[in-house]
Amino acid sequence: MTGLDLVFAVVGLITAAAAIKTVTSTNLVHAALFLAVTLAGIAGVFLVLSADFLALVQLVVYVGAVAVLFLFGLMLTRAPIGREALDSDHRGLALGVSGALFVLLSGLIIAAFGDVRVETVADPRITDLGLALFRDWVLPFEVLSMLLLAALVGAIVLSRREDGESGQIEDVTPILLADDPDLDASDADASGAEVGA
Amino acid sequence: MSLVGPLLLATLLFSIGVYGIIARRNAVLVLISVELMLNAVNINLVAFQNLLFPAEAAASGQLFALFIIGVAAAEVGVGLAIVFNLFRNRATVDVDRVDAMRW
Repeated sequence: MTGLDLVFAVVGLITAAAAIKTVTSTNLVHAALFLAVTLAGIAGVFLVLSADFLALVQLVVYVGAVAVLFLFGLMLTRAPIGREALDSDHRGLALGVSGALFVLLSGLIIAAFGDVRVETVADPRITDLGLALFRDWVLPFEVLSMLLLAALVGAIVLSRREDGESGQIEDVTPILLADDPDLDASDADASGAEVGA
Repeated sequence: MSLVGPLLLATLLFSIGVYGIIARRNAVLVLISVELMLNAVNINLVAFQNLLFPAEAAASGQLFALFIIGVAAAEVGVGLAIVFNLFRNRATVDVDRVDAMRW
């Protein structure tokens, strides 16, 4: 039990607790904020594993961009708040599947790597990472940039209106609440009825 | 340090992600669970990087983790665009109520 193990235990416990709260929180915004805590904790795990650059990328990309994107997504698609509305009927099935998966995988891991210890690098050099990225893995890097471009164009195409008339709102999407009595009646063609009316 | 700790943490995060994908109804929360699973894989890659190439220049594990971060960012963008489109057309992001392949 070295000092590094102790630091990892603290960071890992925070990360695991925040991850559990992410999937069990009944408040949408709290779920997204707990996701940010989880991602920051994973950045701490990267630091303990002497992957400094990756920890900083994790902070910038995930905590800085993706968590904020999720907050925007949750606030723009306003949904009713409450456990019944957020969680589906098969929570028991989900608990069974994920619990069985965790027991199986952790048993295999402990059996295979139970007493393996790794030497973490004292001062990791970012030069190695850059050389490997732009010498050995430059083709996957370029493919990734093309993928990001395609995803950007695809997101814009998906989210623009069909008829593209800016400033003229054709249809207003009604916001359905959980205690709405005619929730099921207006299920299938909610937006269509609004447009027709 | 011990290798089992990071691997167990990654397993736990992956299982939590599986639970979230099955149990959540909100499509954005399902996307959040997918992010948890992708991050679990990243922890695995960095841990095995330390085991297999402790002080070498071939930092393949960290590079794969970087690629996964990039692909995950693209996935979040497209996924949220689909969810917004769904919300505009159906006024709901409940994945249990969006079960028709076409309507």
